[in-house]
Amino acid sequence: MGMTIVEKILARATGRQVVTAGEVVEPAVDLAMSHENAALVINQFLEVYKETGLDPAVWDPARVAIIFDHRVPAESPKTATNQKKIRAFVAKHAIRKFHDIRGDVGGICHQILPESGYVRPGFVVVGTDSHTTSHGALGAFAFGIGATEMASVWALGIAVNVEVPATINVNVSGTFPPFVGPKDLVLHLIGMLTAQGANFRVIEYHGSTVTSMSTSGRLVICNMAVEAGATAGIVPCDDETVRYLRDEAGVRDIVHRVLPDPDAVYDQHLSIDVSELTPQIACPHTVDNVKSIDAVEGKPVDQIVIGSCTNGRLDDLAMAAGILRGRKVASNTRMLVFPASGRIYSQALEQGMVADLVQAGALVMNPGCGPCLGVHEGALGDGETALSTTNRNFKGRMGNPNSEVYLCSPAVAAASAITGVITDPRKGARA
Amino acid sequence: MPAVVLTLGDDISTDVIYPGRYMATVLPSETPQFAFADLAGFNTRLKSGEIPPGSVIAAGKNFGCGSSREQAVSTLKGYELTVVAGSFARIFMQNAINLGLNLITAPGFEAAEGDTVEIVGEVIRNRTSGGRFAVLPLPKARQAILDAGGLISYTRQRLLKTLRTTDA
Repeated sequence: MGMTIVEKILARATGRQVVTAGEVVEPAVDLAMSHENAALVINQFLEVYKETGLDPAVWDPARVAIIFDHRVPAESPKTATNQKKIRAFVAKHAIRKFHDIRGDVGGICHQILPESGYVRPGFVVVGTDSHTTSHGALGAFAFGIGATEMASVWALGIAVNVEVPATINVNVSGTFPPFVGPKDLVLHLIGMLTAQGANFRVIEYHGSTVTSMSTSGRLVICNMAVEAGATAGIVPCDDETVRYLRDEAGVRDIVHRVLPDPDAVYDQHLSIDVSELTPQIACPHTVDNVKSIDAVEGKPVDQIVIGSCTNGRLDDLAMAAGILRGRKVASNTRMLVFPASGRIYSQALEQGMVADLVQAGALVMNPGCGPCLGVHEGALGDGETALSTTNRNFKGRMGNPNSEVYLCSPAVAAASAITGVITDPRKGARA
Repeated sequence: MPAVVLTLGDDISTDVIYPGRYMATVLPSETPQFAFADLAGFNTRLKSGEIPPGSVIAAGKNFGCGSSREQAVSTLKGYELTVVAGSFARIFMQNAINLGLNLITAPGFEAAEGDTVEIVGEVIRNRTSGGRFAVLPLPKARQAILDAGGLISYTRQRLLKTLRTTDA
C-alpha cells in the first residue's frame, strides 16, 4: 500500500519505513518558525525549564527562524518591548535565521522562509502561525501550531503526539482564463469544501494547472488551505520547485524530491477544471461564503488592500500595476499596497511598479501583516467595506467588528480601485 | 450544576474569541481581560466575576477556526470556562489540550443561555430541555498531554527523561 506525500515525509522524519494515516508519531522538526508571538513562546519555553536545574537551550538554533512581521515597525511600546525581548533571546541563543525590521531582508514570514531558501521539499516545518501551510508550496509538510507547542519543539526538537493526517487529493486541470488565477482557484475550492471540510486532513494538489503554476501561485493555494480547515496544503516537488529554489532562493545543495506513491491511499478525490472559472469573491463573514463576482459587482468599497502572505508577491504587484498604470484610484475609495518582503519591494521599485501604483493614488506601505488582522495600519470605520487580497474576512478581522471584508484576487482589487466598486477585471481592465 | 452562559453558531473564529488588535498581550495572566472583546456585554460579565468557573459556552461546528493565536485559549482558560461544540478547529483544540482548557465535542448539542448541563459518562445532558447528546472522545494522540497536566509539564518530563537516558 502506497503512501501520500505527507505519510512519506513523516516516515522519513520518524526514521520509519511506513506510516499510515491515523497513527500517532513524533516527527523530527526541520524548521520551526515564529514571528512576534515568539514573546509568548519564550515565556513558555522558560517555564518548561523551571525547577529542572537545566539551562534553557534551544535544541538546534540553526533550525529556528524568527521573523518580525505582524506589527512592523512597532505600533506601541508594548510591541516594541516584546520585540526587544525577542532580540535579546535571539542573540543569547545564536539564532541566525532572524529577520528584524529591515527594508532589505525583512518581510512577511511566509515569504521570507521560501525566498531565503529555508524550506526544502520533504521538510517538516512548524510555525506559530496558521498560514504556515504556505510552505507546502515547496513540497514540505508545514503546519501551524500554538506557542506552547512551539516551546516544546524548541526544547525537544520533535513535534509531540502528531496524528498522521489523511489526505484529500485535488486534481486541477485547464488553463486559467485572463484575469483569473490561483486565488480564484483556492477561493472556489474553499467554497466547495466549506470552512471545515478539510479539518484534520491535508490537501495534496495535482494536475496540469498546478504543474504549470509558478511557486508564487502555489504559495497562494497552500496558504489558504487552512481556510478549509486543512492541517496542510502541499504541492509535490517538481522542476518548478527546483527552479525556484535555485534561481530565486539561492539554494545550491541537493534537493531531494519527495513524491507520493502512485498507489497512495486518499481519503477523498476532487477534480476542478479552471478553464471556465470566474473571478471568485469570499463574502462576509466567512471565507467559505464564496460567490462568483457577478453576484457582488457594483458593491461600493471604502478601502482596497493588496498584499499579505497570500497575495503580496511580485506577480500580484505586477498585475495591480498593469491595471492601474496611467489610471487613478477612484476618489471615493483608498488603496493600500503591502509587498510581502523587502526583496519584493525592491524588485517592484526597480521594475517601475511602485511608481505606477503611487502615481495612481495607492499608498505603498512597508511589508507586514498589520491590516490583514487589524493590528496595525489601515483600520476600517464603522459601516465601511474593504475589498482585500488577504486571507480572512471574519467579523472584526480587520480591526472593526462593525465593518465588512470581501476577499478577492489582485486583478479584482486593482480593477475595483479604479471604479470604487467591486469590478470584474475581465470587463475593460487592461493587463 | 454548570450553566450555559453564551451560545454561538458555527465557525466562530479566534478573531471573535480574541481580536487581533490585542495580540501584543501574550501572557496567560493578562489575556482574560480581552475575551470576546467585541461582544462587549459578555466581556463585561466575564470581567465582573459574576460567571462562575465551569460555566459553559455552547457553540456549533468548527469552533476556534482561523489564527493559531494561543491567546484565544488562555483568555477562556483564565475564567475556567468549558466549551461544548459540535466540532473544533485543529489548532484551537491542540492549544486547549496543551493549556488545559476543557473542551467537549458533542455534535448537535443544543442549549439556550441559562440552561444547566451535566456530563454523565459519554453523554452530555441538558437538564433544562431534557436533551441528551453523545460526547466524542478526544483524538487518541492528545490524552498523554492531558494526563501530564498540560504540555509544559509533559515536555518537562520528556526533557528530563531524555537526559536521564542520555546519561545512562
